[in-house]
Amino acid sequence: MIPGSFAYHRPSSVKEAVGLLGSLGDDARAIAGGHSLIPMMKLRLASPSHLVDLVGVADLKGIREDGKDILIGAMTTQHEVIASDLLTKKIPILSETATLIADPQVRYVGTIGGNVANGDPGNDMPAVMMCLNATYHAVGKSGERRIAAREFYQGAYFTALEPGEIVTAIRIPTPAAGHGYAYEKLKRKVGDYATAAAAVVLTASGGKVTSCSIGLTNVAETPLWAEEASKILTGSALDAATVKKAVAAAEAITSPASDSRGPAAYRTKMAGVMLTRALGRAKARAGF
Amino acid sequence: MAKSQVSMTVNDKKVEGLVEPRMLLIHFLREQLHLTGPHIGCDTSHCGACTVDLDGKSVKSCTMFAVQVNGADIRTIEGMAAADGTLHALQEGFREMHGLQCGFCTPGMIVRAYRLLQENKDPTEDEIRFGISGNLCRCTGYQNIVKAIQYAAAKISGVPFQEAAE
Ligand SMILES: Cc1cc2nc3c(=O)[nH]c(=O)nc-3n(C[C@H](O)[C@H](O)[C@H](O)COP(=O)(O)OP(=O)(O)OC[C@H]3O[C@@H](n4cnc5c(N)ncnc54)[C@H](O)[C@@H]3O)c2cc1C
Ligand code: FES
Ligand code: FES
Repeated sequence: MIPGSFAYHRPSSVKEAVGLLGSLGDDARAIAGGHSLIPMMKLRLASPSHLVDLVGVADLKGIREDGKDILIGAMTTQHEVIASDLLTKKIPILSETATLIADPQVRYVGTIGGNVANGDPGNDMPAVMMCLNATYHAVGKSGERRIAAREFYQGAYFTALEPGEIVTAIRIPTPAAGHGYAYEKLKRKVGDYATAAAAVVLTASGGKVTSCSIGLTNVAETPLWAEEASKILTGSALDAATVKKAVAAAEAITSPASDSRGPAAYRTKMAGVMLTRALGRAKARAGF
Repeated sequence: MAKSQVSMTVNDKKVEGLVEPRMLLIHFLREQLHLTGPHIGCDTSHCGACTVDLDGKSVKSCTMFAVQVNGADIRTIEGMAAADGTLHALQEGFREMHGLQCGFCTPGMIVRAYRLLQENKDPTEDEIRFGISGNLCRCTGYQNIVKAIQYAAAKISGVPFQEAAE
């Protein structure tokens, strides 16, 4: 399968990249790892006439602490997320999630920026970013702005990014030391997108949940932040009855499509099952 | 569309070519450099038959444009054996342990396993299976591929290979 023709550009700074995207107009697309975009181009579901490759922009690389947050450059690959000691120590749900994305070859090149900016409800990082209350740094011709992950996703392949804007970094408030977390993903095989998946981050003290946040993957047009379910669990001892109530609240906000991964009702139920399991593992890790 | 000049190192040799930006790396390797070891299996980024080693990473060359990897250092199955024809430990392992049947997946498997062993000299069986999870084999059932990689790991480390009891 041969993609349509395009002109290739390789800027070396954010300014140059944004300048190119702005001047080349609607037919120009940024390319990061290319592992969502190139398959779409091969199927001619995307036919950009210009590709602006972000791979040469050194400023988009790197993982570092910035006060109470951790900043991850958009061009950080999933492989680098897994290999990062800082992330493994401070935000371990990221490497747990990255390990469940695709396969080794895809993770060597696929980037975290591409994963969150793509807008495909099947991508795993967006729900995790909503769960962690991350913020995306976006730069366009009118400068930089910050967009909350929880407000970023508007529909399938439809995000808050303006044409010509790129995500330069992801800012994540560092979760409290000793927090519980889990990403549970049901998939048919290695390299498959989720039938349903759930992300949980919680803190506990004295046998009670002091904070809880839940994200859901691939059970609606967009990733979901299960605010109501998170609220129900906060203050509880994660007892079976409360968990059941929260799971019902999470299931209630899903609206999956019926597709080769199963009928809608099944996928909704699986979102609940994934959430129940994720809560169980997060609870154990939080040292209840 | 105007063609671009690309140059890269492939199997320790400098190569150059003139490519349309849309030319996939697999096509550049197979059609311009006549390196037909990397195979096109699925053409949809799933099977790993097109895997090559690129700047220390295993990548699917069907999901990458040649212009993107201008300047890169690439190794394909053709670059695994020594110049005098001595097989790489992985190639020997695949032969000794019957790690192939039709052989279609083998170039990708071996090149992927090469990087896996660079990163982890003594992988467990689970680590091997996880490490080659981006490479599909329709024939072997993977059992002998895992053994072949264990054989190579032992050989590279200079320890005798002991086949695990079934
Ligand atoms: C076999 C296979 C299995 C996969 N399985 C999974 C899976 O289970 N879970 C999962 O989450 N993903 C999966 N993926 C997708 C993979 O993780 C992609 O790498 C990822 O979705 C996109 O990242 P990328 O760097 O490759 O982006 P690209 O493909 O380069 O870009 C994707 C889109 O995002 C835009 N974009 C990229 N970077 C930026 C940026 N910094 N700012 C603004 N826009 C940007 C591009 O213009 C494009 O529209 C799979 C892919 C393959 C091939
Ligand atoms: S041909 Fe490249 S992954 Fe199958
Ligand atoms: S040996 Fe035939 S596909 Fe692997």
